[in-house]
Amino acid sequence: MAERYDAIVIGGGHNGLTCAAYLAKAGRKVLVLEKRHVLGGAAVSEEIYPGFTYSVCSYVVSLLRPQIIRDLDLPRHGLEILPLEASFLPLPDGRSLTRWSDWERTRRELETFSPRDAEIYPEFGKLMIHMARFVKPILDMSPPDPGSVDPRDLKELLKLGRSFQDLGPELQALKYKMLTMSAADFLDEWFESDALKGVMSVSGIIGTFLGVRSPGTAYVLLHHYMGEIDGAFRSWGLSKGGTGGVSMAIARAAEAFGAEIRTEAGVSELLMKNGEARGVVLENGDEIESKLVVSGCDPRRTLFGFVGEKHLDEETVRSLRNYKMRGSSGKINLALDKAPDFSCRPGVGRHLYGDIAIAPSVAYLERAYDDAKYGKPSKEPYMNIVVPSLTDPTVAPPGKHVMSIFIQYAPYHITEGPENWPAKREEWADGVIDVLAGYIPGFKSTILHRQALTPWDLEQEFGLTEGNIFHGELSLEQLFFLRPSPQMARFRTPIRKLWMCASGSHPGGGVMGAPGMLAAREILKAKAI
Amino acid sequence: MPVPSPFHERTAKLCTSYLWKEWSGYHAVRSYDTVIDREYFAFRHAAGLIDVTPLFKFDVTGRDAGRFLARVMVRNIAKLRVGRVTYCCWTDDAGKVIDDGTVTCWAENHFRVTSNGPSLRWLETIARGFDVTIRDTTAEIAVLALQGPEARTILQKATDIDLAKLRFFRAANGRLDKCEVGITRTGYTGDLGYEIWTPNENALAVYDAILDAGRQHMIEPCGLDTLDVVRIEAGFMLHGIDYFNAKTCLIEDQKSTPYEIALDWAVQLDREPFIGQAAIRAEKARGVKRTLVGLEISWADLERLFDEEGLPPSVPTHAWRDPRPVFRDGTQVGQATSGVWSPILKKYLALATVNAPHDTEGTALQMELTVEFERKKVKAQVVPKPFFDPERKRA
Repeated sequence: MAERYDAIVIGGGHNGLTCAAYLAKAGRKVLVLEKRHVLGGAAVSEEIYPGFTYSVCSYVVSLLRPQIIRDLDLPRHGLEILPLEASFLPLPDGRSLTRWSDWERTRRELETFSPRDAEIYPEFGKLMIHMARFVKPILDMSPPDPGSVDPRDLKELLKLGRSFQDLGPELQALKYKMLTMSAADFLDEWFESDALKGVMSVSGIIGTFLGVRSPGTAYVLLHHYMGEIDGAFRSWGLSKGGTGGVSMAIARAAEAFGAEIRTEAGVSELLMKNGEARGVVLENGDEIESKLVVSGCDPRRTLFGFVGEKHLDEETVRSLRNYKMRGSSGKINLALDKAPDFSCRPGVGRHLYGDIAIAPSVAYLERAYDDAKYGKPSKEPYMNIVVPSLTDPTVAPPGKHVMSIFIQYAPYHITEGPENWPAKREEWADGVIDVLAGYIPGFKSTILHRQALTPWDLEQEFGLTEGNIFHGELSLEQLFFLRPSPQMARFRTPIRKLWMCASGSHPGGGVMGAPGMLAAREILKAKAI
Repeated sequence: MPVPSPFHERTAKLCTSYLWKEWSGYHAVRSYDTVIDREYFAFRHAAGLIDVTPLFKFDVTGRDAGRFLARVMVRNIAKLRVGRVTYCCWTDDAGKVIDDGTVTCWAENHFRVTSNGPSLRWLETIARGFDVTIRDTTAEIAVLALQGPEARTILQKATDIDLAKLRFFRAANGRLDKCEVGITRTGYTGDLGYEIWTPNENALAVYDAILDAGRQHMIEPCGLDTLDVVRIEAGFMLHGIDYFNAKTCLIEDQKSTPYEIALDWAVQLDREPFIGQAAIRAEKARGVKRTLVGLEISWADLERLFDEEGLPPSVPTHAWRDPRPVFRDGTQVGQATSGVWSPILKKYLALATVNAPHDTEGTALQMELTVEFERKKVKAQVVPKPFFDPERKRA
């Protein structure tokens, strides 16, 4: 017990590393402990099949906060984001829709579906950007405690209330619609083309156990436009060398500020003294002391796993049990002998240099959800696909490719019970590939290697409770000062000196880094170390 | 009417946007696509190929070539050895900058000077009494720049020159495909990169060979709009934009000294006399009145100014070149002459000429910013250049 740190961060995911980097930058002595042999958590690159690097879990970098990029000087530490050029939607009827960064080109494509939609599309985008302006301050603040009489909390709440007042009647109405409507219904008010509405509505459901017709999903559409007002312009992209590149850049920044990082150092439990967190016990039995502990794991793993229910009060246990984790997605990574060639748009064109969605209609997506509601993986799921090797030569041998397929819904709670996922895994993956092969003739013969990750695998391998990629669903009742529960909303936990800094805290998931940054800021502001 | 460059047959086919501009009398591509993202990221993450033939080129040969150029330039070119390149500027007798460019020593008594504007007459004027021959080779030599982290890998596939040995600011002769070429490890992007020099008749073969070699390395043909973005990230000034040729300036204040354009590191004063030496020495003793510096515009303040108008923040998608006043505590102390939003750094950057003593690093300034037709002042700080400086540039 020789060492003494100001803070130990459990988990070397991108948020844990971000928090560590900020704390180290402020001069604190920080130790990051990662259970696996590689850093990154769910933002990780691994060479699973020789010569092919997979972004095993998280595969696009969307809203990595520009402020973090600036504060931590990430480009100097190797951050390289390759932009997504297009959004390609192949359709089973032989048509397809590609949205480009060149607006006029997008308009022409949209016109073949609906000239009216093409006309209103930019109006919709503008309004969303305008709305996002009012939501954005929320991303930058630690959530206030609504029940608090602390003047600081009240001031924050007031500020927030005021910014919403500024909206004006028209936007106010829009706000309430977005908070209460489903993504599909909301889009119905604007657009007529089913293909466009289908592909747009999915941003309301990613990572949730909700359908495009479930109320409240409209709000999440806003997040899609957040980057536009965040100085993150042109930030949707692929990290060079895989998503792990983001984590590695943050890790290098943290080290440059003096943080210490250890891999293959899994934590088994918290070291508790007088009800306070005073360090950790490693899986190998070593004890490491610190003034406080910050968990980069999800709230349930943190409190049920490292602390244990016996140390927790009834209220905490109940709120954590009610906190919706219920993972709804899986992932398949492929090594390919050649680039995919879609029958509806033949050739390896620029339309593939972005994300590819299998989301042909609103009804298709809702049917996919129907399966999941009753404990079955979707027979015809929503898929979000990228082929990073088309833009990044470092992830596959010349001429060969890697493909990342995000699949929703693949519910954690299947009727057979989650522990039976491994027995179903390959059959499930075969089904997904069958659907995709309907769009890409001869696809199966080009597959050199396949890695299938069910929600069960995400839990076992990456510590994501119930396989939830966002450390808890991003649904309205689990956001802001409700994330993960009102009493734990400010990165604090009921255990003194134990903090949380990852996606289970405000503002939530995605490779955004915001929880890590805000947690560090809150720890420093509270003079906890 | 601008004339086509030797690469025109290829670049014209690739330029599906039809976006062209004139560069020193040549047709030059602004961007191959209507948006510049792909080209920008190619420069920074893969490799961009750009036709830079319109640069003026002057081959100086003869027994006195080195000594002559040492007299022209603020740098002692007489010491530049074979296979080396240097960058510097030259001035008039009053020590005011005329132009800037590279000087390469290709062989014993054979140098090539590049410049932004025509310089033959100026060089010839000074050449009296020296045993040198000066030839304007601008229209004879085609030049390509291949810039970006994959540049070495790509170029090595096509050339017999050992690029692992070609260090930063070095030059070598060899073959590319079947053509004779010279390659210098130089560029205007602040990244790992090379410039390839070849007689016009080889242009198309060289272009094809490099593009072929780069196909699996995500090479992209790039245009001037993108070059303007990356050169600002690299902290490189542009002649005619950030400073002006002293000989075409109408008033003294429009002229700049080497110190004022932050080329103090290139000035070698204590040696044989050179043009402008006395004036530059006097300026050094007197103190420099202003400097070309890097500015970082505060994102938080920019966001605030847009918010005041009820607008989401907006930043330029291309580099701008219209000068904007720079203030300290409300008083104008200089002007920003080019600026850009850096997609990689997530920073709004500008190059500005700022009066002493407000030109020191860390000084808090403001730059004029127009929001909704209203002139506002946005916070900006003097920061070191280059803004973007990857290790691979020199490695």
